[in-house]
Parts: sequence; C-alpha cells; structure tokens
Amino acid sequence: MTDKALSIDHVLKDRGKTRVLDDITLSLASGQRVALLGHNGAGKSTLIKSILGLTPINGGTIRIGEATPGSAQARRETAYLPEAVSFHPALTGREQLTLFAKLSGAKADVPGLLERVGLSDALDRRIGAYSKGMRQRLGLAQVLLGQPKVALLDEPTSGLDPISRQDLYAIIDELAAQGTAVLIASHALTEVEARTDLIAIMRKGQMVADDTLNNLSALAGLPIRLKVRASVNADALAAELGGSRINGASVELLCSPADKMEALRRIAGMGDAVADVEMTPPNLEDLYRHYAQEELK
Amino acid sequence: MTRFLAVTRTEMLILSRNRWLLVATLIMVLFALALTFAGSAPTGTLGVDMLTVSVASMTTLSVYLAPLLALMISFDAIAGDLDRGSLSLLLSYPAGRGEILLGKFTAHLAALAFAMAVGFGTAGAVAAFFGGAGPESLMALARLILTSILLGAVFLALGYLLSALAKGATAAAGLSAGLWLVFVVLYDLGLLGAVVMDKGGTFTQSVFPWVMVANPADAFRLWNIAATEGVAMASGMTGAAQALPVWAAPASLLIWPVVAFALARLAFRRVEP
Repeated sequence: MTDKALSIDHVLKDRGKTRVLDDITLSLASGQRVALLGHNGAGKSTLIKSILGLTPINGGTIRIGEATPGSAQARRETAYLPEAVSFHPALTGREQLTLFAKLSGAKADVPGLLERVGLSDALDRRIGAYSKGMRQRLGLAQVLLGQPKVALLDEPTSGLDPISRQDLYAIIDELAAQGTAVLIASHALTEVEARTDLIAIMRKGQMVADDTLNNLSALAGLPIRLKVRASVNADALAAELGGSRINGASVELLCSPADKMEALRRIAGMGDAVADVEMTPPNLEDLYRHYAQEELK
Repeated sequence: MTRFLAVTRTEMLILSRNRWLLVATLIMVLFALALTFAGSAPTGTLGVDMLTVSVASMTTLSVYLAPLLALMISFDAIAGDLDRGSLSLLLSYPAGRGEILLGKFTAHLAALAFAMAVGFGTAGAVAAFFGGAGPESLMALARLILTSILLGAVFLALGYLLSALAKGATAAAGLSAGLWLVFVVLYDLGLLGAVVMDKGGTFTQSVFPWVMVANPADAFRLWNIAATEGVAMASGMTGAAQALPVWAAPASLLIWPVVAFALARLAFRRVEP
C-alpha cells in the first residue's frame, strides 16, 4: 500500500444537478502509466482538477501519497499539463520556465529542460511567436521540474506532429522510470495502446473500465476478426464457413477467442480454396467503443 | 517568501515588454506638462508660485488618470490567465493564491509609482524652473505623488476584485470601465444632485462631507486640497475640506487599499479555473 502514488476513492462531484463524477475509484502506483480515456465531457478534466484540488469534490477521498489535494505538500508532488495551455505571449520560454521553477521551489536546469523538450533554439524567443506544438512542449518542460510523484497530463498530444508525439511518449517513459505515476487523459487511442500500463475508461462521469489492455479484451469478449481470401469462389467459401462476403474475393467471419483455433483448423482444412487468412484481434478502438458506448446501444 | 518576488519579476518583465510602462509614463508626462502650462495663468492674481498652481491642476488630472491607469493593468491580472488556461497551471504550483496576487500587486504598484513619479516630477520641475517653488509647494508635489500612488493602489486592488469575479478578460475590462465611471464621474454627479436638492439642509451640512470622503477618488482630492492652503485656493474648493476632521481623507485613502485587496483575495479564493 505504501507504493500508492495516487489513490482516488469513491469520488463524487456534482455541478448543479448533474453528477459529473460518479463514484470514481482509481489508483496509480509509482512509475505506472495510466491512460484515462473517454468522450468529451466524460469527466476526465474534472477528475484531474479534483486531484489538483482546483475544484472541490462532494464525496469520497483523493490522496497524493499521504497528502490531500490542494495542500502544500500535494502541490509540491504533482505536476500538471493543462489541455491546450497557453502562456503570456510577451515572455520568452526561458523566463516562463524560470518562473515555474521558482514557484516550485526546485533547483532546476532551465536551459537543459528546454533542450530536453526540443526548444533549445527558441529559448529566448517570445512565446507569442511559438507554434501550438512549441507551447505544448514548453508545458511539458514544466512537468519535468523537480521530481513529481504524480504527473497529470490532459490531452498532451493535442497539436503535436507525429515526431513530437514520439518524443512526448519517450519523456513519459522517462518520468515513469524515475518513479512518477503518470495519468494521461487522451483521445489518441492507438498511441496510448502501446505506451501505457493500464487503461481507464470514463463514461458520463463513471469509471466503466480500469485494467490492462489484455484483461479488458478478455472481459469484453470482443470477437476476433478473420478475413479469408478465396482463391476461386468467394460465395462458396462464405457458404461453407458461415461468414459474410465483404468484397469480390474475401469472406469475413467473427469468432470468440475460445473458438479461434477451431476456426483456423477449418480454414486450413479447406486446402486450395483459401488463398490467404488475416487475423485481427480487437484493438483499443474496438474496446473503447465497447466500454464507452455500452449504454448507448 | 521569495516566491511572490518571482511573480513580481515576471509581471515587471511583462509590463516593460508590452510597453505599458512606457505608454503610461508618457501619458503622465504629457498631461502633467500640458496642465502645468495651461494652468499657469492665474499665478499672479492668486499670489502663489507656479508649482502650487501646477499641483492643483495635476491633482484634478490624477483623480481621472491614476484610477484609469491602475485599472488598465489590473483587469487582466486573473481573468487573462483564466482565458489563456494558464491559471489552473499556476495554481497547481506550491505558491498560494495570496502570494500570486501579492506578487502581481507589487509589480503593478511599482510600475504605477514609476509613471506617477516621473510624470508629476517632470511637470513639477518644469513649473519650479519657470515660476519658482517654495518648501510648501515642494511638499505639495511630494504629497501629490504619494497620494496618487495610494489612489492607484486602491484601483489596482479593485481591478483584481473585478478580474476575479468576471468570467473572462473582456468582461473584466467592461466591469472596470463601469467602476471607473461610477467612482470618478457618477459618484460626484450624484452627490452634486443631492446637494442641490437639499438646498443647504442637514444632508449638506453633516452627511455630505462624509459620503464624499468615503469615495477614494474624492478622499484623494480632499487630502491634497486640505493640506495646502495655496492649492485649496488655486482649486477653489475649500468648503468641503473644512467641514471634515483632518484625518478623514488620509484615513479613507489608507483604508481603501487594504479593504480592496482583502476583497480581491477573497474573490480570488472562489475562482475555479
């Protein structure tokens, strides 16, 4: 239990008559990377602001290590990257980061940090002349200040080009390696898939899933998609396998993970009639759709 | 404790980068010089030196300009960061909200003090050079500069209050303009109307001076006028000043910044970024 960097326990939050956080429970161990997924308005940003103590909660508890949200200790131990952050356009990157370093009270190598996020050329340029991606990098640089226990990143990849995204995840890995628990609220499902240890999915203020990708797949019981290409007659193949024809030459069939081998054996047994087989396990997008839209169906 | 100084330093940089400091100082110098020369005519008839007349004119100028310049910086202090999305980030740092507000206040007040001192100082020096000055008129000039800074402090704090209450920088700017109009123009007009209606009754005799001194802008005017006989004569406004104890205007002008800052601090605490 001592390893819990962040624990969120049955948290409730009402805004007017709507319950924006409904019995949220989630915990992050040190060095763990957790993706927080959900539609716009699902409550991701509200949850992050509750963890920071910026917005009060109506029930439940949140602890950063041992500290309560908003306490001096909690604020020292958390790092935060707001969604689409912007800074005062009249300041330079170096000046802005120096301010943050002084506010955090940590000894910081400001030029080094800016170099780490690829801003060494823009060190003394005004933020007003920065691109959106550069401002995002500057925001990321301040996350690296000190050695936070918990880092909360709200849509960190928005506005970043693919190369920058790679850099971003490299930095997240570095943070995790030094023992920081990282919570990443994101829409970019495919990137998160490979780069996080746990996936938490929110829907309308509720936590509908919180597990590893593999466990979530098993729990959801989503079918594996098999695409079989016929060498001669796709119709005959479809009739035989019981799938549906998706184009002139291919048949698609869905089977549960348990029936997968059986289906493959049948296909293999058909000999020359089959030219090719392609197998797609459910990916995060399917899973996300499954969990985030369960109720909408 | 040094954290608020980090905020101060940053705010200073911003004020000098966005030319606020330059423009404000220039406005102060130009207006003060213009008034000094335009208002130099009655020196002979009143029998006071030119600096005294100049201080009287500049007092009237400062009633309008000090609140305006102060509100121009302060309306953006909280609402601007809220709009940019950097307020939530700033508040996630260990520095408390009080420290952030104090840091901004220190920087803004220093900038305002600079503009006031340079503006009135230049005009005062010019007036003294051309028309002579005495110890009394030099005191009046020093008092004008210090009370202008106090008046600016009141409206800086009131600007933060509006900035914390408003939903965004644009709304805060609108509220600030309204506040300026009420304190500097409408308040006096209302009082004037009341006095005219009252026709010299009890309101005019005993209530009116206190209501007047409760407004920081009027307290500023009264303090400067009551303190120097020459200035009072030059401005032709002695009646109200004589009806009040000497401490009334200074007390009002000294209490206002403290109360306004405390209110701003309270309002800032309620801001949810």
